[in-house]
Amino acid sequence: MFDRQSLTALQSIFIKEVTRYFRIWVQTLLPPAITMSLYFVIFGQLIGSRVGQMDGVSYMEYITPGIIMMSVITNSYSNVVSSFFSAKFQRSIEEMLVAPVPTLYILLGYVLGGVSRGLLTGIIVTIVASQFVDIQVYSWGILFFVVFLTSMMFATGGLVNAIFAKKFDDISIVPTFILTPLTYLGGVFYSIQLLPEFWQNVSMANPILYMVNAFRFGFLGFSDINITTALILISAFIVSLFSLAYYLLNKGIGIRS
Amino acid sequence: MQQKAIQISNLKKTYGSSVEALKGISLSVEEGDFVALLGPNGAGKSTTIGIICSLVNKSSGEVKIMGHSIDKELDAAKRCIGLVPQEFNFSQFETCKQIVVTQAGYYGVPRHIANQRAEEMLKKLSLWEKRDTPSRELSGGMKRRLMIARALMHSPQILILDEPTAGVDIEIRRSMWEFLTELNESGTTIVLTTHYLEEAEQLCRNIAIIDQGKIIENTSMKDLISRLDIETFVLDVSSVPTEFPCIDKVCFRKRDESSIEIDVPKEAGLNQVFAWLTEQGIEVLSMRNKSNRLEELFVQLTENGQS
Ligand SMILES: Nc1ncnc2c1ncn2[C@@H]1O[C@H](COP(=O)(O)OP(=O)(O)OP(=O)(O)O)[C@@H](O)[C@H]1O
Ligand SMILES: [Mg+2]
Repeated sequence: MFDRQSLTALQSIFIKEVTRYFRIWVQTLLPPAITMSLYFVIFGQLIGSRVGQMDGVSYMEYITPGIIMMSVITNSYSNVVSSFFSAKFQRSIEEMLVAPVPTLYILLGYVLGGVSRGLLTGIIVTIVASQFVDIQVYSWGILFFVVFLTSMMFATGGLVNAIFAKKFDDISIVPTFILTPLTYLGGVFYSIQLLPEFWQNVSMANPILYMVNAFRFGFLGFSDINITTALILISAFIVSLFSLAYYLLNKGIGIRS
Repeated sequence: MQQKAIQISNLKKTYGSSVEALKGISLSVEEGDFVALLGPNGAGKSTTIGIICSLVNKSSGEVKIMGHSIDKELDAAKRCIGLVPQEFNFSQFETCKQIVVTQAGYYGVPRHIANQRAEEMLKKLSLWEKRDTPSRELSGGMKRRLMIARALMHSPQILILDEPTAGVDIEIRRSMWEFLTELNESGTTIVLTTHYLEEAEQLCRNIAIIDQGKIIENTSMKDLISRLDIETFVLDVSSVPTEFPCIDKVCFRKRDESSIEIDVPKEAGLNQVFAWLTEQGIEVLSMRNKSNRLEELFVQLTENGQS
């Protein structure tokens, strides 16, 4: 399983993935830097100065972790969903299928490719943020752990999406109708303490809330929710999505006739 | 006993619930052989190849590659094969070099070796100048050659080519033939599909004809050709004779005002024919085969299948 040949195959997929998003960096790495700068300018500086403090820190400081997380989520997801779908569409996926690459490594190669783009985007946005706000870190460990798991989860989700996708529209449905709303409602811009109790409870069903809050905890040391719960939840999601993706790939769903 | 390179038994494939693409195919290919897989459009050639290379799931039957069953030892089976598919299947934005090096990586070839091999293969297929060109900027013939280079990156024992010369100009086709012949002489087993019978005749030792999901002929090229008993020639002549006798079993026909057709049985000679024409004061300006004899036979065979 962990033989050298399979690892070489994994390395090849990973390099191919990284090369892909660097080649099209204007579409992949630049937009989050621009969009997130706008968020910082508009919400952080212009509106933020009127909002005042949230949970005891400036509004800018409050939204920074959420905004970083938002770009990590979108980029991990969209990297895998576009790359895998276009491999299916152009049939270059066959290059992998004719070769003895174990399913697990195809899965890992794409997921790690997505994770790497998620993390890189996270770093870019953090650098942008540091131009606007003095970034403090409460716990590097938690920070890294949460961001890694989150991008892994969404990269795997993107793969599942791409496996089922039959046309280009199918790869934008989930990001547009599910991911974006959940992210905006996931406590990026506000503390759920501000909501009426009913909506607080509804928000608790949103997995992204846990990730944003856990990540914010890594920066600021406080959170709307329990960190352990958040980590367990993310891990559970990863395990289920990963098993699902493995099962689908192994059966050749959407890739073998 | 020599091991078979490819052994297919009673292979069936139904796409969805109704399209019966293969209806029980059995075929074996000896190690070192050069085999043509022929058949009309939609006969099931690509489906057969797809199953051999695990791009298509079979419905039933058995496939063994160099003795490895694709059900039990798929990885070992995959390592023995290099595939040149019918349709281009590159990532359009990757360069030639990236494509072949990545492919080698999938087979577990370490990167530094893959880089050397890429240079060797791309040079052999005259693509080295194009190494940094994205695949979408290549011409059709270059893409075909790139697919051959890619298939050979892991030095497979068997090379399978699905219509490798479709849309390739004559010069490059000839150089591909030369390349494949050399490859076969150095021990690689080759299976190819083509719609050019001349190509099959030129290259292959054995031939399998598949029609509507069944093998209707599987024999040596020599045997097939020996079955062609009459050959038809077209002669362009200075004037057309007034009578059309049969001379020494060779029969004449008028074709138009400046040419005639003659049917020549295998055992007959042409000397008498020319002698008679000279007697009549008719000059033969040129002579050619009416059509590829193999083509005639192919049409005959596949038409029989339709009934
Ligand atoms: N993915 C698919 N789904 C459904 N039917 C298919 C699929 N692929 C092929 N077929 C059908 O299976 C039959 C055999 O097709 P195949 O591609 O194997 O033919 P072929 O011999 O390669 O033809 P050609 O010379 O045109 O390439 C055809 O009737 C075709 O329509
Ligand atoms: Mg075909």
